[in-house]
Amino acid sequence: MTEAPEGYPGEGFFSTRLSDVVGLARKNSLWPLPFATSCCGIEFMATMASHYDLARFGAERVGFSPRQCDLLMVMGTISKKMGPVVRQVYLQMAEPRWVIAMGACASSGGIFDTYSVLQGIDQVIPVDVYIPGCPPRPEAVLDGFMKIQDLVGQESIRRRNSDQYKALMNSYGIE
Amino acid sequence: MALTQEHIQLRLSEKFGDLVSKFESPYGMLSFEASKDQNLKVLQFLYDEADLNFQFLTDITAVNYPDQPGRELAVVYHLHNLKDNVRIRLTVFTDILSPDVFTVSKLFSSANWMERETYDFFGINFVGHENLIRILNVDEMDYFPLRKEYPLEDQTRIDKDDQMFGRG
Amino acid sequence: MTEQHQHHIKLPEGSIEKQTTTLNVGPTHPATHGVFQNIMELDGEQIISTVQTVGYIHRAFEKLAERRPLYQITTLTDRLNYCSSPLNNMGWHLTCEKLLGVQTPKRVDYLRIIIMELSRISDHLICNSIMGVDTGAYTGFMYIMQYRELIYEIYEEICGSRLTTNIGRIGGFERNFTNTAFTKLEKFLKEYPAALRELENLFTRNRIFMERTIGTGPISAERALNYGFTGPNLRAAGVDYDVRVHSPYSSYEDFDFTIPVGKNGDSYDRFLVRNEEMWQSLSILNQAYKKVQEFKGAEAEVFHADVPEYYLPKKEDVYTKMEALIWHFKIVMGEVDMPKGEVYHSIEAGNGELGFYLISDGGRTPFRLHFRRPSFIYYQAYPEMVVGGMLSDAIVVMSSLNLIAGELDA
Repeated sequence: MTEAPEGYPGEGFFSTRLSDVVGLARKNSLWPLPFATSCCGIEFMATMASHYDLARFGAERVGFSPRQCDLLMVMGTISKKMGPVVRQVYLQMAEPRWVIAMGACASSGGIFDTYSVLQGIDQVIPVDVYIPGCPPRPEAVLDGFMKIQDLVGQESIRRRNSDQYKALMNSYGIE
Repeated sequence: MALTQEHIQLRLSEKFGDLVSKFESPYGMLSFEASKDQNLKVLQFLYDEADLNFQFLTDITAVNYPDQPGRELAVVYHLHNLKDNVRIRLTVFTDILSPDVFTVSKLFSSANWMERETYDFFGINFVGHENLIRILNVDEMDYFPLRKEYPLEDQTRIDKDDQMFGRG
Repeated sequence: MTEQHQHHIKLPEGSIEKQTTTLNVGPTHPATHGVFQNIMELDGEQIISTVQTVGYIHRAFEKLAERRPLYQITTLTDRLNYCSSPLNNMGWHLTCEKLLGVQTPKRVDYLRIIIMELSRISDHLICNSIMGVDTGAYTGFMYIMQYRELIYEIYEEICGSRLTTNIGRIGGFERNFTNTAFTKLEKFLKEYPAALRELENLFTRNRIFMERTIGTGPISAERALNYGFTGPNLRAAGVDYDVRVHSPYSSYEDFDFTIPVGKNGDSYDRFLVRNEEMWQSLSILNQAYKKVQEFKGAEAEVFHADVPEYYLPKKEDVYTKMEALIWHFKIVMGEVDMPKGEVYHSIEAGNGELGFYLISDGGRTPFRLHFRRPSFIYYQAYPEMVVGGMLSDAIVVMSSLNLIAGELDA
């Protein structure tokens, strides 16, 4: 059960803001795309399993097609060879889309400060939530997921058309 | 009769004479050196002879010794005789300006990717390899990263301050 | 990214297609366990050729290791085969001990065997249950992950971490196993056999699973040996090569276990070999636990060998004795020189013979460290195993080989 947003109830009606209702619906039914490359992927599998169940937050249906998902969870080290692939997958997602960088390697390169590893996926795509850890405990993943839920629930409907968002996309070279 | 290190050394010296040398046994594994152009012949000999029977290639790798002029790159083969449980190591030295070594991928199928990895990291040109291209690094890379002259870190990264990491 | 190989591939006789289809089973795909790419040429559903691309997670471990002293390289070995990190860690510690000439006491060996067999079970569990997922049966995976959680709890009790464990030190362990760890181990040993039996019941004689896996991706023993296969994949092809028996390390010779061997080398045999290996690991665990409990009194407190150059001394000694303080300082500042030498040591990891080739020139960090990674070596044989078969069989073969991307690329 989730709480109703603030509004004015009445006999047979309830008035509130559209963005609140849309946010409520979106945040409790996020469809994640697990982009698992390495060790964090195994910890994500443990989070999806029955002990730490991610499904109770609404993320029951994990999809592997970017066209159908709204949350890209990048888990694991992204090397320079893989960078274009991450970008391609991000571009294929439809708005509104969010990105979680799980683990130290996806956030900033982690322990691999080498010639072949991308020092954080925010070099190629914009990231909403970073989950630190190597690998982060399943509880940390759930905490990060709840932060994404907060972001999703409070997002204004006009955000994706605003100038600030357009500037952010342009800084990554995305139209 | 169990296969002893003296027997292997005897057979190799009989067949190849001066071309194999520096027989040592660090930590219990017989290691020797052969000249560059004989590597395939030595491995073929070790494979075919019934009493030597080294038919399993465990590993191929390379080492860069920048301080030995004329012998900067070494290709190291680890072989294993599964029946008698004996391992040996063959090292072949080559110089860095013309690092051409014959491929052994016709003899051992597992050498295919191991030689590609060695080429990718050190630039050793395996003569006769059917598909010697980079395997682990990006295709556009123009240097051989595991040579000692090149640094570990990516020099174009902007967010890590070398001073803070003790490498300033 | 990668060049498409436009060989003008001849379609086989009797094909109804006009040209081959190029299918990119790309780096991101639900069936690839980790990031590697196969570009397949298909005639309808049948595979004519496949070319693999690896390196999507190349993290330059070998170059990174040239910068770190021996005890810091353990964290790198964690991330090789990350489904069974303790096995890699133990292999690395054994290599260092071979270089330094350290002899570990029996209790340390038996404790190490407990850890190694637990991680072998956790590795094979993932492989077998994911094989189930790839053939469409999600239940086995969901059910068995609960038992992997029990294994993670044991690791956490011993070293603090679940997945990338950095367990043990050169010479032994960082602390003695607590009673809680042994209690958790007992709980695991009691509950797990029933779960493994249920997993077997789900898959081993399941008509659908058998039809999907028997006959797919076969490889003969001669070709497997030529391709450098080791581990369960080689044993499924019929060759009984196991490093634990061939060159025993860490007192494996004191234990009684058999090596399961298959016949055809197809996916079903690989599944069965891994399954039986889990039973054997369970038997070794029971024997090791009994042996550990036989140590009484002062012997039961032994958890490391005496390696002053690499093993941090006890804090009480650091605060009171001069030598301990100096050793502590030298170890923490990384100022200990290694003996010169060249050593190759291998262990039986989850996927086969994991080898460490370490060259030391007497400095503080290795001169050259090379990992002989089994996944990298047997992935070369993938085209030979799937060409001529169907696309769905290729996916099952890929998952039965247990390719771990971290070990593929290093």
